[in-house]
Amino acid sequence: MINKKVSNVSMALEGVADGMTFMLGGFGLCGIPENAIAELVKLGVKHITCISNNAGVDDFGLGLLLQKHQIKKMISSYVGENDEFERQMLSGELEVELTPQGTLAEKCRAAQAGFPAFYTPAGYGTEVAEGKETREFNGKMYVLEPAFKADFSFVKAWKGDEAGNLVFKGTARNFNPCMCGAAKITVAEVEELLPAGSLDPNEIHIPGIFVQRIFQGEKYEKRIEQRTLRIRS
Amino acid sequence: MLDKNGIAKRIAKEVKDGYYVNLGIGIPTLVANFVRDDISVEFQSENGVLGMGPFPFEGEEDADIINAGKQTITTLPGASFFDSALSFSMIRGQHVDLTILGAMEVAENGDIANWKIPGKMVKGMGGAMDLVASAENIIVAMMHTNKAGESKLLKRCTLPLTGVGCVKKVVTNLAVLEVTSKGFKLLERAPGVTVEDIEKATEGNLIVEGEVPEMKI
Repeated sequence: MINKKVSNVSMALEGVADGMTFMLGGFGLCGIPENAIAELVKLGVKHITCISNNAGVDDFGLGLLLQKHQIKKMISSYVGENDEFERQMLSGELEVELTPQGTLAEKCRAAQAGFPAFYTPAGYGTEVAEGKETREFNGKMYVLEPAFKADFSFVKAWKGDEAGNLVFKGTARNFNPCMCGAAKITVAEVEELLPAGSLDPNEIHIPGIFVQRIFQGEKYEKRIEQRTLRIRS
Repeated sequence: MLDKNGIAKRIAKEVKDGYYVNLGIGIPTLVANFVRDDISVEFQSENGVLGMGPFPFEGEEDADIINAGKQTITTLPGASFFDSALSFSMIRGQHVDLTILGAMEVAENGDIANWKIPGKMVKGMGGAMDLVASAENIIVAMMHTNKAGESKLLKRCTLPLTGVGCVKKVVTNLAVLEVTSKGFKLLERAPGVTVEDIEKATEGNLIVEGEVPEMKI
């Protein structure tokens, strides 16, 4: 067993620096690496590029990094829940690359899987495809999209073991598995870190080979963005 | 004229037994409430769940189980969770049978715009560009006109496009229309709405052939 365990978040984030590109898992506030984000705020790294489906809300998630003006560029598919984000984008302070959600996921997966680029039909004929190579296959048009390149991936899983194996829960899985092994260093934070052998090998979602560092996260807030309920009749 | 629930109710009739369906945010989400309960349908949400159920009762909500609109949800027997790349493999790979989404504008050639108003609103396309580029069966749920009374069914979209030539059917508060090579073919009128009302509210080419029936919902 190759041990990937580090004892705390500051050791897990060793080597992060200004100007780097980070991938961050999560969909809205669901499944975000809360501990890694808090540490990035604390470290005060600046001019960073963040690849993340969303940009958090004003006072949580990536919104915390936006508040401190640490983010130079965001690569996301949807940014509708964050007023500060919209303000920085419209004023030109923040560079934003909006990418179709499936393309965003596949650009992560391509980096993980060793593909330099792939063709997708998403965005053909729209401004997303401007300046990009297009090609026809079987009578349909496709756009060439390159894989992402990133320095660190920060992902959040439900359970993990010392070997770096990960198990996700519910829709908190989302982009997290796609980002594992898609950057030079993948840092996984988990709600429960177990000794190797505790997880059933049949039920591991991401094998530890894709993870360089794993640590037990603390105090997960798991904020709900849209608490929507059914009335008991 | 239909309200939002009326539009959702009419669209629910397009959902057939055995369909996997992706519902967009807004009116499309309401469609799930009106699907007949004697057919088997599974709802997919692109954030990574198939077999979505109703919203949870108070106290049963789970921050780790949401839909693409970030709302808390439940799952039904047979449900599954998966990552975003696999979710879009379902969509891009045309395994999802029906996509229902909203729009700001639809053009008579099937173009759709629903993600950006330059200088005003830039929320992003989310999964919409992937959905419209790949789905074979796309129904748009929308109001026929905007708040200023201007048509949203146009000759050409004026806003940045989400996809080209992809919309097959549009259900509005006034009508059901099919997108054909010659324009919007009027299939049904909403209760109490005349063909003239629909003609007035449609900027794009409207094709009216024979008697247009009133929709049954």
